[in-house]
Amino acid sequence: MIADKRPPLNRGNVTGSDRLAALLPWLAGGVFGTIVAVFLLLGYFALPVLFDGNITLFSPIWRPEQGQYGIMAMVMASVMLAILASLIALPLAVGICGLCLFPQYRRIAALLRALMRLMAGVPTVVYGIAAVFLLVPWLRDTLHYGSGFCLLAAILMVVILILPVMIMLLDSHCRVLMQQLYPTASALGMTSSQIILHLILPSSRPVLAASTLLGLSRAIGDTLLPLMLAGNAPQLSANLLDSMRTLTAHIALVLATDSHSAEYNSLFAAGLLLLSVSTVTTILIRTITTRSGARSPQS
Amino acid sequence: MLSPTFLRNLLCSMLFIPAALLSISASATDTDRFAHLHGQLNIAGGTAHIPVMKQAARAIMTANPDIRITIAGGGSGVGAQQAAKGLAEIGNTGRALKPAEAAQGLVSFPFAIDGVAVILNPTNPVKALSSQQVADIYAGKITNWQTLGGADKTINLFTRDEASGTRAVFVKKLLHNGSVVTKANVVPSNGAMKTAVARDPAAIGYSSVGYIDNTVVAPTLDGIHPSNEACANGHYPVVRKLYMNTKGEPQGLTRAFIDFIYSPQGAGYIRSSGYIPLAQQ
Repeated sequence: MIADKRPPLNRGNVTGSDRLAALLPWLAGGVFGTIVAVFLLLGYFALPVLFDGNITLFSPIWRPEQGQYGIMAMVMASVMLAILASLIALPLAVGICGLCLFPQYRRIAALLRALMRLMAGVPTVVYGIAAVFLLVPWLRDTLHYGSGFCLLAAILMVVILILPVMIMLLDSHCRVLMQQLYPTASALGMTSSQIILHLILPSSRPVLAASTLLGLSRAIGDTLLPLMLAGNAPQLSANLLDSMRTLTAHIALVLATDSHSAEYNSLFAAGLLLLSVSTVTTILIRTITTRSGARSPQS
Repeated sequence: MLSPTFLRNLLCSMLFIPAALLSISASATDTDRFAHLHGQLNIAGGTAHIPVMKQAARAIMTANPDIRITIAGGGSGVGAQQAAKGLAEIGNTGRALKPAEAAQGLVSFPFAIDGVAVILNPTNPVKALSSQQVADIYAGKITNWQTLGGADKTINLFTRDEASGTRAVFVKKLLHNGSVVTKANVVPSNGAMKTAVARDPAAIGYSSVGYIDNTVVAPTLDGIHPSNEACANGHYPVVRKLYMNTKGEPQGLTRAFIDFIYSPQGAGYIRSSGYIPLAQQ
Protein backbone atom coordinates (compact mmCIF):
# COMPACT_ATOMS: atom_id res chain seq x y z
CA MET A 1 0.00 0.00 0.00
CA ILE A 2 2.71 2.39 1.00
CA ALA A 3 5.17 1.27 -1.72
CA ASP A 4 6.87 4.16 -3.48
CA LYS A 5 6.25 3.86 -7.23
CA ARG A 6 8.27 6.92 -8.25
CA PRO A 7 11.46 6.34 -10.26
CA PRO A 8 14.67 6.72 -8.22
CA LEU A 9 15.63 10.39 -8.02
CA ASN A 10 19.37 9.88 -8.36
CA ARG A 11 19.92 7.61 -11.34
CA GLY A 12 23.68 8.05 -11.41
CA ASN A 13 24.05 6.30 -8.05
CA VAL A 14 22.47 2.97 -8.94
CA THR A 15 25.33 0.89 -7.58
CA GLY A 16 25.07 2.63 -4.18
CA SER A 17 21.37 1.98 -3.84
CA ASP A 18 21.88 -1.59 -5.10
CA ARG A 19 24.42 -2.18 -2.40
CA LEU A 20 21.95 -0.75 0.13
CA ALA A 21 19.23 -3.03 -1.22
CA ALA A 22 21.53 -6.01 -0.82
CA LEU A 23 22.17 -4.94 2.76
CA LEU A 24 18.49 -4.68 3.71
CA PRO A 25 17.72 -8.42 4.02
CA TRP A 26 20.68 -8.74 6.38
CA LEU A 27 19.43 -5.84 8.51
CA ALA A 28 15.93 -7.29 8.55
CA GLY A 29 17.39 -10.67 9.46
CA GLY A 30 19.33 -9.05 12.30
CA VAL A 31 16.19 -7.44 13.71
CA PHE A 32 14.28 -10.71 13.38
CA GLY A 33 17.11 -12.57 15.08
CA THR A 34 17.12 -10.09 17.97
CA ILE A 35 13.39 -10.56 18.49
CA VAL A 36 13.76 -14.34 18.45
CA ALA A 37 16.67 -14.01 20.91
CA VAL A 38 14.51 -11.96 23.31
CA PHE A 39 11.81 -14.65 23.16
CA LEU A 40 14.30 -17.45 23.70
CA LEU A 41 16.01 -15.63 26.57
CA LEU A 42 12.74 -14.89 28.36
CA GLY A 43 11.53 -18.43 27.69
CA TYR A 44 14.79 -19.88 28.99
CA PHE A 45 14.41 -17.99 32.28
CA ALA A 46 10.61 -18.19 32.49
CA LEU A 47 9.96 -21.84 31.71
CA PRO A 48 11.65 -23.26 34.84
CA VAL A 49 9.57 -20.79 36.90
CA LEU A 50 6.36 -21.74 35.08
CA PHE A 51 6.92 -25.42 35.85
CA ASP A 52 8.25 -24.94 39.37
CA GLY A 53 5.76 -26.50 41.77
CA ASN A 54 6.94 -24.26 44.63
CA ILE A 55 6.22 -21.01 42.78
CA THR A 56 2.50 -20.83 42.17
CA LEU A 57 2.29 -18.13 39.50
CA PHE A 58 -1.34 -18.68 38.61
CA SER A 59 -2.74 -17.67 41.97
CA PRO A 60 -4.07 -14.23 42.92
CA ILE A 61 -1.94 -14.05 46.08
CA TRP A 62 1.32 -12.09 45.91
CA ARG A 63 3.00 -12.33 49.30
CA PRO A 64 6.71 -12.77 48.65
CA GLU A 65 7.54 -12.77 52.37
CA GLN A 66 5.41 -15.92 52.74
CA GLY A 67 6.66 -17.49 49.51
CA GLN A 68 3.53 -16.84 47.47
CA TYR A 69 4.24 -15.42 44.02
CA GLY A 70 0.85 -15.30 42.29
CA ILE A 71 0.61 -12.79 39.46
CA MET A 72 -3.04 -13.29 38.50
CA ALA A 73 -4.17 -10.14 40.37
CA MET A 74 -1.72 -8.16 38.24
CA VAL A 75 -2.81 -9.88 35.02
CA MET A 76 -6.43 -9.06 35.88
CA ALA A 77 -5.60 -5.37 36.52
CA SER A 78 -3.67 -5.13 33.24
CA VAL A 79 -6.53 -6.69 31.28
CA MET A 80 -9.09 -4.37 32.92
CA LEU A 81 -6.93 -1.33 32.24
CA ALA A 82 -6.27 -2.22 28.59
CA ILE A 83 -9.84 -3.19 27.69
CA LEU A 84 -11.56 -0.30 29.47
CA ALA A 85 -9.07 2.30 28.24
CA SER A 86 -9.47 1.23 24.62
CA LEU A 87 -13.27 1.00 24.97
CA ILE A 88 -13.35 4.60 26.22
CA ALA A 89 -10.81 5.79 23.66
CA LEU A 90 -12.53 4.21 20.64
CA PRO A 91 -15.71 6.35 20.53
CA LEU A 92 -13.63 9.44 21.35
CA ALA A 93 -11.23 8.67 18.51
CA VAL A 94 -14.09 8.03 16.06
CA GLY A 95 -15.81 11.26 17.13
CA ILE A 96 -12.71 13.44 16.84
CA CYS A 97 -11.68 11.81 13.55
CA GLY A 98 -15.22 12.28 12.17
CA LEU A 99 -15.24 15.95 13.16
CA CYS A 100 -11.95 16.46 11.33
CA LEU A 101 -13.52 15.20 8.08
CA PHE A 102 -16.23 17.87 7.78
CA PRO A 103 -15.13 20.47 5.20
CA GLN A 104 -16.54 23.31 7.31
CA TYR A 105 -14.27 22.35 10.27
CA ARG A 106 -11.08 22.36 8.18
CA ARG A 107 -9.37 24.90 10.45
CA ILE A 108 -10.32 23.15 13.68
CA ALA A 109 -9.21 19.88 12.10
CA ALA A 110 -5.77 21.28 11.26
CA LEU A 111 -5.47 22.49 14.84
CA LEU A 112 -6.61 19.12 16.24
CA ARG A 113 -4.17 17.21 14.02
CA ALA A 114 -1.30 19.40 15.20
CA LEU A 115 -2.42 18.86 18.80
CA MET A 116 -2.56 15.07 18.32
CA ARG A 117 0.95 15.02 16.86
CA LEU A 118 2.13 17.05 19.86
CA MET A 119 0.33 14.78 22.34
CA ALA A 120 1.78 11.65 20.74
CA GLY A 121 5.22 12.95 21.63
CA VAL A 122 4.60 14.00 25.24
CA PRO A 123 6.55 11.77 27.68
CA THR A 124 4.14 9.73 29.82
CA VAL A 125 5.80 10.93 33.01
CA VAL A 126 4.48 14.43 32.29
CA TYR A 127 0.92 13.10 32.19
CA GLY A 128 1.71 11.14 35.32
CA ILE A 129 2.90 14.14 37.31
CA ALA A 130 -0.04 16.27 36.20
CA ALA A 131 -2.44 13.49 37.22
CA VAL A 132 -0.81 12.98 40.64
CA PHE A 133 -1.33 16.64 41.44
CA LEU A 134 -4.70 17.26 39.72
CA LEU A 135 -6.63 14.08 38.93
CA VAL A 136 -5.83 12.01 42.04
CA PRO A 137 -6.89 14.66 44.61
CA TRP A 138 -9.96 15.44 42.49
CA LEU A 139 -11.00 11.76 42.43
CA ARG A 140 -10.41 11.48 46.18
CA ASP A 141 -12.48 14.56 46.99
CA THR A 142 -15.37 13.89 44.61
CA LEU A 143 -15.75 10.14 45.10
CA HIS A 144 -15.12 10.00 48.87
CA TYR A 145 -13.59 6.57 48.40
CA GLY A 146 -9.99 5.59 48.96
CA SER A 147 -6.91 7.66 48.35
CA GLY A 148 -7.58 8.62 44.72
CA PHE A 149 -4.76 6.32 43.60
CA CYS A 150 -6.86 3.76 41.78
CA LEU A 151 -7.23 1.88 38.52
CA LEU A 152 -9.72 4.49 37.28
CA ALA A 153 -7.09 7.25 37.55
CA ALA A 154 -4.66 5.16 35.50
CA ILE A 155 -7.36 4.30 32.93
CA LEU A 156 -8.29 7.95 32.38
CA MET A 157 -4.68 8.95 31.78
CA VAL A 158 -3.98 5.93 29.56
CA VAL A 159 -6.96 7.01 27.43
CA ILE A 160 -5.19 10.35 26.88
CA LEU A 161 -2.00 8.45 26.10
CA ILE A 162 -3.47 6.11 23.46
CA LEU A 163 -5.95 8.55 21.92
CA PRO A 164 -3.46 10.42 19.64
CA VAL A 165 -2.07 7.31 17.93
CA MET A 166 -5.56 5.85 17.48
CA ILE A 167 -6.80 9.11 15.94
CA MET A 168 -3.75 9.47 13.72
CA LEU A 169 -4.17 5.95 12.37
CA LEU A 170 -7.90 6.44 11.74
CA ASP A 171 -7.44 9.91 10.30
CA SER A 172 -4.72 8.90 7.83
CA HIS A 173 -7.15 6.34 6.37
CA CYS A 174 -10.40 8.34 6.47
CA ARG A 175 -8.92 11.57 5.14
CA VAL A 176 -7.78 9.97 1.86
CA LEU A 177 -11.12 8.23 1.52
CA MET A 178 -12.99 11.49 2.07
CA GLN A 179 -10.90 13.27 -0.59
CA GLN A 180 -11.68 10.50 -3.07
CA LEU A 181 -15.39 10.18 -2.35
CA TYR A 182 -16.43 13.73 -1.54
CA PRO A 183 -16.72 15.22 -5.10
CA THR A 184 -18.80 12.30 -6.44
CA ALA A 185 -20.92 11.82 -3.35
CA SER A 186 -21.72 15.51 -2.92
CA ALA A 187 -22.53 15.78 -6.64
CA LEU A 188 -25.06 13.01 -6.02
CA GLY A 189 -26.61 15.21 -3.35
CA MET A 190 -25.20 13.54 -0.20
CA THR A 191 -24.47 15.79 2.76
CA SER A 192 -21.14 15.60 4.57
CA SER A 193 -22.68 13.73 7.51
CA GLN A 194 -24.25 11.21 5.13
CA ILE A 195 -20.93 10.62 3.39
CA ILE A 196 -19.13 10.10 6.70
CA LEU A 197 -21.84 7.93 8.28
CA HIS A 198 -22.79 5.76 5.29
CA LEU A 199 -19.65 5.62 3.16
CA ILE A 200 -16.56 6.29 5.17
CA LEU A 201 -17.32 4.72 8.54
CA PRO A 202 -18.56 1.38 7.14
CA SER A 203 -15.52 1.00 4.90
CA SER A 204 -13.19 1.91 7.79
CA ARG A 205 -14.21 -1.02 9.97
CA PRO A 206 -10.88 -2.90 9.63
CA VAL A 207 -8.93 0.28 10.41
CA LEU A 208 -11.17 0.83 13.44
CA ALA A 209 -10.35 -2.67 14.64
CA ALA A 210 -6.63 -2.13 13.99
CA SER A 211 -6.56 1.18 15.86
CA THR A 212 -8.44 -0.38 18.80
CA LEU A 213 -5.89 -3.18 18.94
CA LEU A 214 -3.05 -0.66 18.71
CA GLY A 215 -4.59 1.25 21.62
CA LEU A 216 -5.03 -2.01 23.52
CA SER A 217 -1.42 -3.06 23.11
CA ARG A 218 -0.11 0.38 24.06
CA ALA A 219 -2.41 0.40 27.11
CA ILE A 220 -1.26 -3.02 28.29
CA GLY A 221 2.38 -2.11 27.76
CA ASP A 222 2.47 1.28 29.46
CA THR A 223 4.32 1.14 32.77
CA LEU A 224 4.73 4.58 34.19
CA LEU A 225 1.10 5.75 34.34
CA PRO A 226 -0.21 2.71 36.26
CA LEU A 227 2.91 2.77 38.46
CA MET A 228 2.32 6.43 39.36
CA LEU A 229 -1.48 6.41 39.52
CA ALA A 230 -3.07 3.00 40.10
CA GLY A 231 -1.79 2.65 43.67
CA ASN A 232 0.00 -0.67 43.05
CA ALA A 233 -1.81 -2.76 45.69
CA PRO A 234 -1.38 -6.40 44.63
CA GLN A 235 -5.01 -7.26 45.20
CA LEU A 236 -7.77 -8.83 43.13
CA SER A 237 -10.67 -6.42 42.81
CA ALA A 238 -13.37 -5.57 40.30
CA ASN A 239 -13.88 -2.09 41.79
CA LEU A 240 -12.23 0.50 39.56
CA LEU A 241 -11.83 2.80 42.58
CA ASP A 242 -9.56 0.32 44.35
CA SER A 243 -5.80 0.52 44.27
CA MET A 244 -4.46 -2.08 41.83
CA ARG A 245 -1.16 -3.17 40.30
CA THR A 246 -0.69 -3.86 36.61
CA LEU A 247 1.80 -6.42 35.32
CA THR A 248 4.12 -3.73 33.96
CA ALA A 249 4.13 -1.76 37.22
CA HIS A 250 4.68 -5.05 39.04
CA ILE A 251 7.83 -5.77 37.04
CA ALA A 252 9.09 -2.23 37.66
CA LEU A 253 8.49 -2.53 41.41
CA VAL A 254 9.87 -6.04 41.93
CA LEU A 255 12.86 -5.67 39.59
CA ALA A 256 14.52 -3.78 42.41
CA THR A 257 14.61 -6.76 44.77
CA ASP A 258 17.48 -9.13 45.44
CA SER A 259 18.26 -10.73 42.08
CA HIS A 260 18.72 -14.24 43.45
CA SER A 261 15.26 -14.52 44.95
CA ALA A 262 12.27 -16.48 43.69
CA GLU A 263 10.23 -13.28 43.40
CA TYR A 264 12.82 -11.91 40.98
CA ASN A 265 12.68 -15.08 38.86
CA SER A 266 8.89 -14.90 38.71
CA LEU A 267 9.30 -11.67 36.74
CA PHE A 268 10.57 -13.54 33.70
CA ALA A 269 7.24 -15.33 33.48
CA ALA A 270 5.44 -11.98 33.72
CA GLY A 271 7.71 -10.58 31.00
CA LEU A 272 7.05 -13.57 28.73
CA LEU A 273 3.32 -13.13 29.25
CA LEU A 274 3.49 -9.43 28.27
CA LEU A 275 5.67 -10.12 25.24
CA SER A 276 3.27 -12.83 24.05
CA VAL A 277 0.28 -10.49 24.41
CA SER A 278 1.95 -7.71 22.42
CA THR A 279 3.14 -10.14 19.73
CA VAL A 280 -0.37 -11.58 19.31
CA THR A 281 -1.92 -8.09 19.03
CA THR A 282 0.74 -6.99 16.53
CA ILE A 283 0.04 -10.06 14.37
CA LEU A 284 -3.69 -9.35 14.60
CA ILE A 285 -3.19 -5.71 13.57
CA ARG A 286 -1.03 -6.80 10.62
CA THR A 287 -3.62 -9.35 9.49
CA ILE A 288 -6.49 -6.88 9.72
CA THR A 289 -4.73 -4.01 7.91
CA THR A 290 -3.43 -6.27 5.12
CA ARG A 291 -6.91 -7.64 4.55
CA SER A 292 -8.42 -4.13 4.64
CA GLY A 293 -5.87 -3.04 2.01
CA ALA A 294 -7.25 -5.68 -0.36
CA ARG A 295 -10.81 -4.58 0.27
CA SER A 296 -10.48 -0.80 0.29
CA PRO A 297 -12.04 1.13 -2.63
CA GLN A 298 -8.61 2.36 -3.81
CA SER A 299 -7.64 -1.01 -5.22
CA MET B 1 11.68 51.51 55.98
CA LEU B 2 13.81 48.95 57.81
CA SER B 3 11.46 46.53 59.52
CA PRO B 4 12.56 44.87 62.78
CA THR B 5 12.43 41.47 61.06
CA PHE B 6 14.76 42.67 58.35
CA LEU B 7 17.22 44.02 60.92
CA ARG B 8 17.08 40.78 62.86
CA ASN B 9 17.70 38.76 59.70
CA LEU B 10 20.58 41.05 58.76
CA LEU B 11 22.10 40.66 62.20
CA CYS B 12 21.70 36.90 62.04
CA SER B 13 23.34 36.71 58.66
CA MET B 14 26.21 38.93 59.78
CA LEU B 15 26.76 36.64 62.74
CA PHE B 16 26.49 33.70 60.38
CA ILE B 17 29.09 34.90 57.86
CA PRO B 18 32.17 34.00 59.95
CA ALA B 19 30.66 30.58 60.56
CA ALA B 20 30.04 30.15 56.85
CA LEU B 21 33.61 31.20 56.06
CA LEU B 22 34.88 28.71 58.61
CA SER B 23 32.89 25.94 57.00
CA ILE B 24 34.28 26.89 53.57
CA SER B 25 37.83 26.66 54.87
CA ALA B 26 36.96 23.32 56.46
CA SER B 27 35.56 22.14 53.14
CA ALA B 28 38.79 23.11 51.42
CA THR B 29 40.60 20.55 53.54
CA ASP B 30 37.97 17.81 53.25
CA THR B 31 37.64 18.08 49.46
CA ASP B 32 41.45 18.23 49.09
CA ARG B 33 41.59 14.47 48.72
CA PHE B 34 39.89 14.88 45.29
CA ALA B 35 42.53 17.32 43.96
CA HIS B 36 44.34 14.85 41.66
CA LEU B 37 41.36 12.63 40.88
CA HIS B 38 39.12 12.61 37.83
CA GLY B 39 36.52 10.37 36.26
CA GLN B 40 33.01 9.20 36.89
CA LEU B 41 31.45 7.79 40.03
CA ASN B 42 28.02 6.17 39.84
CA ILE B 43 25.92 5.82 42.97
CA ALA B 44 22.60 3.96 43.08
CA GLY B 45 20.19 2.39 45.53
CA GLY B 46 18.50 3.44 48.76
CA THR B 47 16.45 6.61 48.45
CA ALA B 48 17.01 7.61 52.10
CA HIS B 49 20.69 8.16 51.24
CA ILE B 50 20.04 10.58 48.40
CA PRO B 51 19.99 13.87 50.40
CA VAL B 52 23.46 13.09 51.85
CA MET B 53 24.91 11.85 48.54
CA LYS B 54 23.59 14.91 46.69
CA GLN B 55 25.19 17.43 49.04
CA ALA B 56 28.49 15.55 49.03
CA ALA B 57 28.46 15.23 45.22
CA ARG B 58 27.76 18.94 44.80
CA ALA B 59 30.63 19.93 47.10
CA ILE B 60 33.06 17.54 45.39
CA MET B 61 32.10 18.52 41.85
CA THR B 62 32.33 22.22 42.71
CA ALA B 63 35.83 21.72 44.14
CA ASN B 64 36.93 19.49 41.25
CA PRO B 65 35.16 19.86 37.87
CA ASP B 66 37.03 16.81 36.49
CA ILE B 67 34.87 14.54 38.60
CA ARG B 68 31.33 13.54 37.59
CA ILE B 69 29.09 11.90 40.17
CA THR B 70 25.70 10.46 39.25
CA ILE B 71 23.12 9.52 41.87
CA ALA B 72 20.18 7.22 41.18
CA GLY B 73 17.54 5.77 43.48
CA GLY B 74 15.81 2.44 43.08
CA GLY B 75 15.80 1.13 46.64
CA SER B 76 18.18 -1.00 48.67
CA GLY B 77 17.71 -4.07 46.47
CA VAL B 78 18.85 -2.11 43.44
CA GLY B 79 21.82 -0.72 45.40
CA ALA B 80 23.15 -4.19 46.19
CA GLN B 81 22.35 -5.45 42.68
CA GLN B 82 24.07 -2.60 40.82
CA ALA B 83 27.18 -2.65 43.02
CA ALA B 84 27.51 -6.44 42.65
CA LYS B 85 27.18 -6.26 38.87
CA GLY B 86 29.64 -3.37 38.63
CA LEU B 87 27.02 -1.01 37.18
CA ALA B 88 27.53 1.38 40.10
CA GLU B 89 30.71 1.92 42.10
CA ILE B 90 28.68 2.55 45.26
CA GLY B 91 25.38 0.77 45.96
CA ASN B 92 23.43 2.17 48.88
CA THR B 93 21.32 0.02 51.16
CA GLY B 94 19.14 1.02 54.09
CA ARG B 95 19.62 -2.40 55.66
CA ALA B 96 22.46 -4.84 56.21
CA LEU B 97 23.23 -6.99 53.15
CA LYS B 98 21.36 -10.26 52.81
CA PRO B 99 23.69 -13.31 52.81
CA ALA B 100 23.10 -13.88 49.07
CA GLU B 101 24.09 -10.26 48.36
CA ALA B 102 27.18 -10.32 50.60
CA ALA B 103 28.28 -13.55 48.92
CA GLN B 104 28.90 -11.60 45.69
CA GLY B 105 31.91 -9.93 47.25
CA LEU B 106 30.32 -6.73 48.54
CA VAL B 107 31.97 -4.69 51.28
CA SER B 108 29.70 -2.58 53.53
CA PHE B 109 30.35 0.86 54.99
CA PRO B 110 27.73 1.90 57.57
CA PHE B 111 27.86 5.70 57.81
CA ALA B 112 24.67 6.90 59.50
CA ILE B 113 21.80 5.94 61.77
CA ASP B 114 18.31 6.68 60.52
CA GLY B 115 14.96 6.28 62.15
CA VAL B 116 11.88 5.11 60.28
CA ALA B 117 8.77 6.96 61.42
CA VAL B 118 5.07 6.82 60.75
CA ILE B 119 3.99 9.95 58.86
CA LEU B 120 0.58 11.59 58.66
CA ASN B 121 -0.93 14.54 56.86
CA PRO B 122 -0.43 17.78 58.89
CA THR B 123 -4.23 18.31 59.01
CA ASN B 124 -4.74 14.97 60.77
CA PRO B 125 -5.72 15.62 64.43
CA VAL B 126 -4.19 12.30 65.54
CA LYS B 127 -0.84 13.20 67.13
CA ALA B 128 0.00 10.01 69.04
CA LEU B 129 -0.10 6.31 68.15
CA SER B 130 0.98 3.16 69.94
CA SER B 131 3.01 0.53 68.09
CA GLN B 132 0.08 -1.88 68.56
CA GLN B 133 -2.23 0.62 66.84
CA VAL B 134 0.19 1.00 63.92
CA ALA B 135 0.41 -2.79 63.57
CA ASP B 136 -3.40 -3.04 63.64
CA ILE B 137 -3.76 -0.30 61.00
CA TYR B 138 -1.32 -2.04 58.65
CA ALA B 139 -2.94 -5.43 59.30
CA GLY B 140 -6.28 -3.93 58.24
CA LYS B 141 -7.88 -4.29 61.70
CA ILE B 142 -8.32 -0.54 62.27
CA THR B 143 -9.80 1.08 59.16
CA ASN B 144 -11.25 4.40 60.33
CA TRP B 145 -9.50 7.43 61.84
CA GLN B 146 -12.43 7.81 64.28
CA THR B 147 -11.22 4.72 66.19
CA LEU B 148 -7.99 6.62 66.89
CA GLY B 149 -9.63 9.90 67.87
CA GLY B 150 -9.54 11.46 64.41
CA ALA B 151 -12.17 12.42 61.87
CA ASP B 152 -14.73 9.92 60.53
CA LYS B 153 -12.64 8.99 57.49
CA THR B 154 -11.39 5.70 56.06
CA ILE B 155 -7.66 5.29 56.58
CA ASN B 156 -5.72 5.35 53.31
CA LEU B 157 -2.75 3.05 53.73
CA PHE B 158 0.57 3.63 51.98
CA THR B 159 3.49 1.22 52.02
CA ARG B 160 6.78 0.76 50.16
CA ASP B 161 7.76 -1.88 47.59
CA GLU B 162 9.53 -5.10 48.53
CA ALA B 163 12.95 -3.76 47.51
CA SER B 164 12.80 -0.99 50.10
CA GLY B 165 15.11 -1.03 53.10
CA THR B 166 12.73 1.39 54.82
CA ARG B 167 9.95 -1.18 54.40
CA ALA B 168 12.18 -3.98 55.69
CA VAL B 169 12.96 -2.03 58.89
CA PHE B 170 9.36 -0.91 59.36
CA VAL B 171 7.95 -4.43 58.98
CA LYS B 172 10.63 -6.00 61.18
CA LYS B 173 10.90 -3.49 64.01
CA LEU B 174 7.45 -1.87 64.15
CA LEU B 175 5.09 -4.52 62.81
CA HIS B 176 7.25 -7.31 64.32
CA ASN B 177 7.12 -9.13 60.97
CA GLY B 178 3.37 -8.80 60.85
CA SER B 179 1.75 -8.57 57.45
CA VAL B 180 0.75 -5.50 55.47
CA VAL B 181 -2.78 -5.82 54.10
CA THR B 182 -2.81 -6.19 50.29
CA LYS B 183 -5.13 -3.24 49.69
CA ALA B 184 -2.39 -0.82 50.82
CA ASN B 185 -1.06 1.52 48.10
CA VAL B 186 2.55 0.85 47.17
CA VAL B 187 4.92 3.73 46.38
CA PRO B 188 8.46 3.25 45.05
CA SER B 189 10.49 5.83 47.04
CA ASN B 190 10.70 7.92 50.23
CA GLY B 191 9.96 11.00 48.14
CA ALA B 192 6.84 9.51 46.56
CA MET B 193 5.66 8.45 50.03
CA LYS B 194 6.04 11.99 51.36
CA THR B 195 4.20 13.47 48.36
CA ALA B 196 1.34 10.99 48.70
CA VAL B 197 0.88 11.58 52.45
CA ALA B 198 1.35 15.36 52.18
CA ARG B 199 -1.57 15.55 49.74
CA ASP B 200 -4.02 13.13 51.35
CA PRO B 201 -5.65 14.13 54.68
CA ALA B 202 -6.64 10.51 55.45
CA ALA B 203 -3.28 8.93 54.60
CA ILE B 204 -0.84 7.04 56.78
CA GLY B 205 2.62 6.10 55.57
CA TYR B 206 6.14 5.71 56.85
CA SER B 207 9.43 7.17 55.78
CA SER B 208 13.00 7.74 56.72
CA VAL B 209 13.22 10.40 59.49
CA GLY B 210 15.53 12.41 57.22
CA TYR B 211 12.66 12.97 54.80
CA ILE B 212 10.27 14.47 57.35
CA ASP B 213 9.72 18.20 56.83
CA ASN B 214 6.76 20.51 57.39
CA THR B 215 4.64 18.90 54.64
CA VAL B 216 4.07 15.80 56.79
CA VAL B 217 4.01 15.16 60.55
CA ALA B 218 5.36 12.26 62.57
CA PRO B 219 3.05 11.30 65.46
CA THR B 220 4.65 10.14 68.70
CA LEU B 221 5.11 6.38 68.89
CA ASP B 222 4.32 4.96 72.34
CA GLY B 223 4.85 8.50 73.63
CA ILE B 224 8.25 9.01 72.01
CA HIS B 225 8.81 11.64 69.32
CA PRO B 226 10.99 10.15 66.55
CA SER B 227 13.67 12.86 66.77
CA ASN B 228 17.35 12.50 65.96
CA GLU B 229 18.20 12.48 69.66
CA ALA B 230 15.68 9.72 70.41
CA CYS B 231 17.09 7.68 67.53
CA ALA B 232 20.70 8.22 68.67
CA ASN B 233 20.19 7.39 72.33
CA GLY B 234 18.07 4.32 71.62
CA HIS B 235 14.77 5.57 73.07
CA TYR B 236 13.11 5.38 69.65
CA PRO B 237 13.25 1.73 68.61
CA VAL B 238 12.62 1.82 64.85
CA VAL B 239 16.14 2.63 63.67
CA ARG B 240 18.53 1.21 61.11
CA LYS B 241 21.94 1.93 59.68
CA LEU B 242 22.49 3.40 56.25
CA TYR B 243 25.22 1.61 54.28
CA MET B 244 27.38 2.30 51.27
CA ASN B 245 28.47 -0.94 49.55
CA THR B 246 31.30 -1.54 47.10
CA LYS B 247 32.39 -4.58 45.13
CA GLY B 248 35.63 -5.51 46.88
CA GLU B 249 37.77 -2.95 48.74
CA PRO B 250 37.17 0.50 47.21
CA GLN B 251 39.99 2.20 45.27
CA GLY B 252 40.73 5.67 43.94
CA LEU B 253 37.74 7.93 43.51
CA THR B 254 35.37 5.51 45.24
CA ARG B 255 37.69 5.30 48.26
CA ALA B 256 38.01 9.11 48.36
CA PHE B 257 34.23 9.53 48.25
CA ILE B 258 33.68 7.08 51.09
CA ASP B 259 36.38 8.77 53.20
CA PHE B 260 34.75 12.13 52.43
CA ILE B 261 31.39 10.89 53.75
CA TYR B 262 33.17 10.01 57.03
CA SER B 263 34.97 13.39 57.16
CA PRO B 264 33.71 16.29 59.35
CA GLN B 265 32.16 17.88 56.26
CA GLY B 266 30.42 14.63 55.32
CA ALA B 267 29.15 14.30 58.88
CA GLY B 268 27.73 17.81 58.53
CA TYR B 269 25.76 16.70 55.47
CA ILE B 270 24.55 13.60 57.30
CA ARG B 271 23.31 15.77 60.20
CA SER B 272 21.68 18.36 57.96
CA SER B 273 19.86 15.52 56.17
CA GLY B 274 18.36 14.45 59.48
CA TYR B 275 20.56 11.43 60.26
CA ILE B 276 23.17 10.65 62.88
CA PRO B 277 26.73 10.19 61.54
CA LEU B 278 28.67 7.04 62.40
CA ALA B 279 32.47 6.86 62.72
CA GLN B 280 34.50 4.90 60.18
CA GLN B 281 35.31 1.41 61.48
